[in-house]
Order: sequence, then structure tokens, then C-alpha cells
Amino acid sequence: MTLIKTKIGRRAFIKNTSLASGGLVLGFSFLNSCKPEQAKEMAVREMPKEWFEMNSYLKIGDNGLVTIYTPNPEFGQNIRTSMPMLVAEELDVDWNNVLVEQAPYHEEKYGFQFTGGSRGISARWQPLRMAGATAKHMLKEAAAQTWQVPVAEITAEAGVLRHAATKKSAGYGEMASVAATLDVPEEVPLKEVKDFKLINNSQKNVDAKSIVTGVPLFGMDIQKKGMLIAMIEHPPAFGMTLKSVDGAAAKAMPGIKDVVTIKSFKDGYEKGGFDTNAFPELVAIVGNSTWEVMQAKKKLKVEWQPISAYTETIAGFRGKETRNVPAGLESTTAHKSKMEALAAKPGKMVRKDGNPDAAFKKAAKILERSYSAPFLAHNNMEPLNAFAHVEGDKVKIAAPIQIPSLIVPTLASSLGIPKENIEMDLPRMGGGFGRKAYAHFVVEAALISQKVNAPIKLVYSREDDMTNGIYRPAYQATYRAAFDENNNLTALHVKAGGVPESPLFANRFPAGAIDNYMAEEWVVDSNITIGAFRAPRSNFMAGAEQAFLDEVAEAMGKDPIQFRLDLLKRAKENPVGEENDYDAERYAGVLELVREKSAWKENDATRHRGVSAYFCHNSYAAHVLDLKMENDKPVVEKVCCAIDCGVVVNPDAAINMAEGAITDGVGNAFFGELTFEDGVPQKNNFHQYQMIRMKEAPKEIDVHFVQNEIDPTGMGEPPFPPIFGAVANALYKATGQRHYEQPFVKEKKVVG
Amino acid sequence: MALFNLNINGKTQEIDVDPNTPMLWVLRDHLKLVGTKYGCGIAQCGACTVHLGNNAVRSCQLPVSSIGEEKVTTIEGLSENGDHPVQKAWLEVDVPQCGYCQAGQIMTAAALLEKNPNPSDSEIETAMNGNICRCGTYIRIKKAVKMAAGAAANS
Ligand code: FES
Ligand code: FES
Repeated sequence: MTLIKTKIGRRAFIKNTSLASGGLVLGFSFLNSCKPEQAKEMAVREMPKEWFEMNSYLKIGDNGLVTIYTPNPEFGQNIRTSMPMLVAEELDVDWNNVLVEQAPYHEEKYGFQFTGGSRGISARWQPLRMAGATAKHMLKEAAAQTWQVPVAEITAEAGVLRHAATKKSAGYGEMASVAATLDVPEEVPLKEVKDFKLINNSQKNVDAKSIVTGVPLFGMDIQKKGMLIAMIEHPPAFGMTLKSVDGAAAKAMPGIKDVVTIKSFKDGYEKGGFDTNAFPELVAIVGNSTWEVMQAKKKLKVEWQPISAYTETIAGFRGKETRNVPAGLESTTAHKSKMEALAAKPGKMVRKDGNPDAAFKKAAKILERSYSAPFLAHNNMEPLNAFAHVEGDKVKIAAPIQIPSLIVPTLASSLGIPKENIEMDLPRMGGGFGRKAYAHFVVEAALISQKVNAPIKLVYSREDDMTNGIYRPAYQATYRAAFDENNNLTALHVKAGGVPESPLFANRFPAGAIDNYMAEEWVVDSNITIGAFRAPRSNFMAGAEQAFLDEVAEAMGKDPIQFRLDLLKRAKENPVGEENDYDAERYAGVLELVREKSAWKENDATRHRGVSAYFCHNSYAAHVLDLKMENDKPVVEKVCCAIDCGVVVNPDAAINMAEGAITDGVGNAFFGELTFEDGVPQKNNFHQYQMIRMKEAPKEIDVHFVQNEIDPTGMGEPPFPPIFGAVANALYKATGQRHYEQPFVKEKKVVG
Repeated sequence: MALFNLNINGKTQEIDVDPNTPMLWVLRDHLKLVGTKYGCGIAQCGACTVHLGNNAVRSCQLPVSSIGEEKVTTIEGLSENGDHPVQKAWLEVDVPQCGYCQAGQIMTAAALLEKNPNPSDSEIETAMNGNICRCGTYIRIKKAVKMAAGAAANS
């Protein structure tokens, strides 16, 4: 057994009763007021008369029912099931007796409530199991004291405590009142992987019943007494800001209460990395109902003006960064020529191994290819929204956001209200994909509420959501490979950049596998806001790199899987450089597994297959994708996928997520694109922005996990990036032409 | 403003709204039936799908004044206890990820099976193509539709 000191985590196990703000969990809570279906079913089994709190993550009822507070906000990766599973595993309680509640934002009790970066499970892996294990220990302790026997002789299983020698037994509910008064132990044993009963056994989504019956769960569904609806009007183009507004005609429309302007940042406020906001000055219109506000919005008379260029310092995760934001109205064509100009010049050298210049000079053959991808909009099905009620110096928020803690300082500053006075509930997000990490819309909602002195729900229309984006940047990468006269790969050169962010990961494969290697990057400044989008940067680099490696393998006359495995063997046995950020053996592991499971054959002429593998978010994923052309359109017949993300907590849910990542990747590789003209996004709704639909989705997806006992690593993002490479490589097999420019399908015809 | 008597989920509801108000907002804002979702407002995503009589329709493009006596069914009224064969199949397959699109998917699927109890793969694809799932649960949706069709055939 692993003994884990609880010291570091003890603050997290603080009990509500010992906190000044201890009433929070039971206080203002949207999620309590419209209890999901799950609770109703529980009620059949009867709710307890009294609850006993063991720590901030769980309480036990006098009848043995357990409520687990799941700390991180849910956006579809099913952590509202898998996180409580971690607690329940160590608590040794019957999963059927577990009720899941969403914890509100509360840093002291729940730590960093961050949904993103595929970090949920890995960050909570130990703390949540400790929450369960310490509670179980306290229950055993209570039984030992009650029965006057040594605690070491007490066993716990499925919610029942037993003492074999005296044949005594009691349910957790019976011991909970005593256990809750005991101290949290200093050390607790955690289970070995082989002893897991719940973890690695598929459990159904705890919210599925609520979802399929239409129970209110999402931010957008929030209804409060006296709540008004607010919408915003933002500048029509990036590079523009508010000049003046005449709201008289709008205000005269039926159901309209007010037209106000808001300013999202106090002058001089030092922004954090997630305070990205192209349009801090906005017009807001507030009324009784969404439709009325939408109609009145059309009557607003607003004048906009160009922004001036500025430089700002951002306090991001990686310390302070300087951002240059140019003035002007940008267009995709201009971006492209700037990108090409920078790609043609030497970039900033990030890594250099051996002597690549000499190797290229000496090369018998050089292969050079460039890859590009456009801006992408997140297009979550639930548009941005937030509920806010500012009453004097008290703030109540309920909003679908990925990182509540990071918006609190901005809220406090912009509202002029102390941080401690901000309460926040975390309703389910109807998709996030990175976009809901940038919670400017929460600040907007709070400022509007403060101005109109009423509870409001800010609702973005689809058009607002798509055109006020924090987009996946446009990227370009040029790869060069040098070969000697025997057709051996002697050097590799990657130069990558984007608007306005470089996608380069200089220390990722194939770095470490090639003697002569160099990686350079460049950036084009822009006033178009960009941010995290499922597997940031990887979502482009994987496709470019894996398509290039396919061409290199072909040039060398090698099987593409074997070629990659050969490189990984080199990286494992005799790595070049010390900074390589991947584990070559685990990388090879997913390729070997996908080779086996897809029944891969060298030079398989029976179908058009593409392979691709990538490492990101500490996990490894490989795909083999089969594609055929039907009426000039690509049809993905099957994707076979192998993933190494360590221990898989909830396998069927992880498979669901992998299926989603693959489908999302195929969709974006085929169709994803947002262009700009004079600062104006050229698409504003789904009649223009093509999303993958059922007809274009892969017909079959077959997901396999590498079985090991490694602590869980990322899962939501890793299967996404490599799919772009698998699509490109299979398209080549199906059409005979390489595809370098995303999206691959334009005007319903494959670009060849 | 005008008064309308609507038959929603088997109950008569009286509301006073602008006749142009789409059913989507009547349901969500006025009747607090928020199971029907807003996704695009222009009949492109299917999140707002309800049944008008036996047909699946996009409520974001359906003015309240056009309803008349026709029965409206929303996700909340699809079944008494969430046990419509399509809902049961959805639970069995554990379809949802974020879940935001799923009410619309279920309403479209239920209307399809009402008309065509045994749809082929391509009939399912055609019927479901108007419903976007950003999370990419299409494989599971198709599986659940087939399961529901099978369950209905066996009962
Ligand atoms: S909201 Fe009606 S189809 Fe999208
Ligand atoms: S489950 Fe998220 S949009 Fe379909």
C-alpha cells in the first residue's frame, strides 16, 4: 500500500463548519435549487434525516447515502462521474449510494478548479482519492472507538464496517456522526491499482438521465426571480472600438429596460493570461425576454472607431509577457502574405542539435513542404452566457466557465468589490473546448447587473459568439528533410509560426531521434484575439509533422509505421539532446498497439489508410484512418485508435471522448475555417461555418487503451491533434495527391 | 402583444407575447421549459427541435402565431418518466458528452422512428443531419437510434 501524507492536502480537507464562509455549500446554489433527476431517484431510496460532513468533498447521511462534491466544472468530458469515482473508490462505498453535487467556486476548499489542459483527472488523482481514504479511515476510527477494538482490525467494504473477531458490523451512516467529529489523519493508505473496484470499470454518466429529459443544467438554462436578459453589441470588426451610442430607439422597444455601456477593465489593470478580450468596451441592452432584446438590438445606433496600436504586459502562467497589438483592419490575404514572407526568412532559433546546416549542404536530396491551417472558431453548441447579480457590495455569479478562480481578480477590480464578496456557481457547460476559459463575459454580465441594479443573464447570440471569438490562430509550418546518397535521413528542419502565436514545440518528436535538427519560429502580430482551442498548437503541429513524416517515409521507401518506430527506437536507445519532452517507449507503444488492432499491412492495396501518432498533455495517441472517395467526397470508413493515458478511470466515457476528439478532428480537417476581411469575421453562423454532421462523421471508431499502472495523464485533448495527420495521409492514398492546406475540403470538393 | 392558447406537453398554456416570437423563446423564457435549446436561431443546428403534431420542427423558426391548435411536445413532455424508447436507448448507449445538443437529437430521432420504425443507416443520417453535435457523439447517436428502433420492433 502507498502511504500518502495528507499534510499538503489538509487544507483541502477542511470542514465547512470550521470555515468562516462555511455556509457556502448550502447557501446560494443554482444547482441545489433545481436538483437534477439523479436526486429524484435517490429520493425513492430516501434522503437521510441528517448529513455528516467528513471533509469538503464528501458528506455521509445517517442512512449511508454519500454526497460527493465534484470540484471542477463539467464541459462534457464526464468528470462529474469520474472525479466522484476516485473518491468513492477509496471510500469503499457502493456507487449506487453516491449522489454527486457540483461544488461551487471555493479555492480554499476545492483547490484549483480548472477544467482544461486535460489536467482534470491527473491533478485530482491523488487529492480526491485522499478525500475518500481519509474519510474511510475516520469511519474505521469511529467504529473502533465505539466497539472498543483496535482500528487495525476494522475492515470496510461497500459502505459497511466490520470487526471479524466480535462479528460486529455497522453501515457508514451509523458511524458517520462520530467519524465527523474526529481529526483528519496525518497519513492514509491508498489502494494499489490491482485493488481498484470502481476505477477502470465503466460507470454511466451520472447526468445522463437529466440530459435526456431536459432538466435545467446549463448556464444558459438559469432562471432566477426578477432576472432580466441582457445582450451585448460589440464592434463589427477586430481593430475597432466603441465611439458613441444612441440607444433611444432601442430603449423604446417593447420589454426593454435599459441600454448601457460598460468598460471591462479599470484603467491600468494588469491582465492575467485569460483576460483576453478584443472588445472591452461594449453596449449592453437589457430587457424582459431574449426575443425582445434581440429585436431591440437591431434598433441600436452605434458609432465605432478604429483602435490605436498598443503594447500590454500580461501576467500569464509563464510569468510576464508582452503583447503587441497593432491597429488596423486585418484580412486573411494580408495574413497569408505576411506569413509567407516570415517563413522565407530565418526565424528565432529555438533548438539546434548537431550541424544541420552542414547536413543540408551535403545532402543528396532535400524534401521541403509547407503546411497551413486557418483560424478556427470554437462554436460550442451553448453560446457564451453568464448570470450575475450585483447587490451593493455582494456578487453572485453562475456561469459556464472553465477556470473560475482566474476571473475573480478581474471581477473584483472592475466592479470595485472585494474578492471575498464574490460567490460563484459552476453550472454545466454546453461545450468549452478552451473558449470558456476566457471569462470576459462574466465580467460583462456583472458590470451590466451593477449598472442596471438587477439580476441579469447575459446571453450571446450565435453571431455574437462566433464573431467575438478567441480563436485558434492561423498557423504555418515548413519542414525540410535532408537525405544522403543512400537515402538515409540525415537532418530535419522545422520552422513554424502563426498569427499571432507560434505553434512550435521544439522538443517534441522527432527531436531526439535525428542527429542534425533545428527548430525555428516566428510570429505575426495581430489584433484578432486568439486562445486555447482543444490541444492548443498541437492541434496544428501534429497534422503538419505527421503528414511530413509520411512523405519522408515514402521518400525512403519505408513503411510509415515502421519508419516512426525506427526513429523512436533511436530516441529511446541513444537520444539526441536532453530536453526531449516525450517518452519514446510509450510513444512506440501506441503505434505498436494501433498496428496490431488495425491489422495494418505494409503496402496494403485493399484500402486507403493513413497513420498518425502524437504526444501531448502527457499522453500518447495513434490513429489508423481508412478513407474512401464517394462522388468526389471523402468518407471516413473507420478510425482505429490507440491511447496511452495511464490508468483509465472510466473506460466507456474515455472511449466516448476519444470518439468525439476523432470526429471533431475529422470535421476541422475537412471544413474548419474562419477568414477575415477588414477585421470582419467572414462567417457568423452555421449556414456559413461548416460543422461536421452525421453524414460526414466516421462510420466506425475503434478505441484501445494501453494497459498500465501509470498515474492518469491527459485524455480530452491527446486523441485530437494526430487525427489531422491521419486524415491527410489517408487522403493522399485515396486521391494520389498530398494535402498541405487546411481545410482539406473546399466548396464540397476535395482540393487536390 | 397577443394572447395565445397553446397545447404544450398535453397542457393548455395561455401566454401574452408578440406574435412573431419564436416558439423557442416562448418555451424557454415564458414557460420556463428550458430543455429545448438555443444553438443558432436560424434552423441550422437542430438544438431547438420540438414536435409539432408528429413532426420534428426547429422551434427557433416557428412563430408562436403559426401554432394554432397543433400539439407541441418538448423534451420535457416526450415521456412521463424519461422512458421513451429513444431516451432509454440514449441512456443505454450513454450518448451525451456536454449534452447541450442532445434534447434536439432525441426529438429528431423520436419523430423519425414514429414515421419510419426501422430506418436504414442512410435514412438515419439524412434525418439526423440537421442536428449538430459539437462534441462529436454521432456514432453513439446512430447506435442509440438503431437500438431504439430495435426495442420498438420487439415490443
Ligand atoms: S436553434 Fe433552432 S436550429 Fe439552431
Ligand atoms: S453532446 Fe455536446 S454538442 Fe452534442
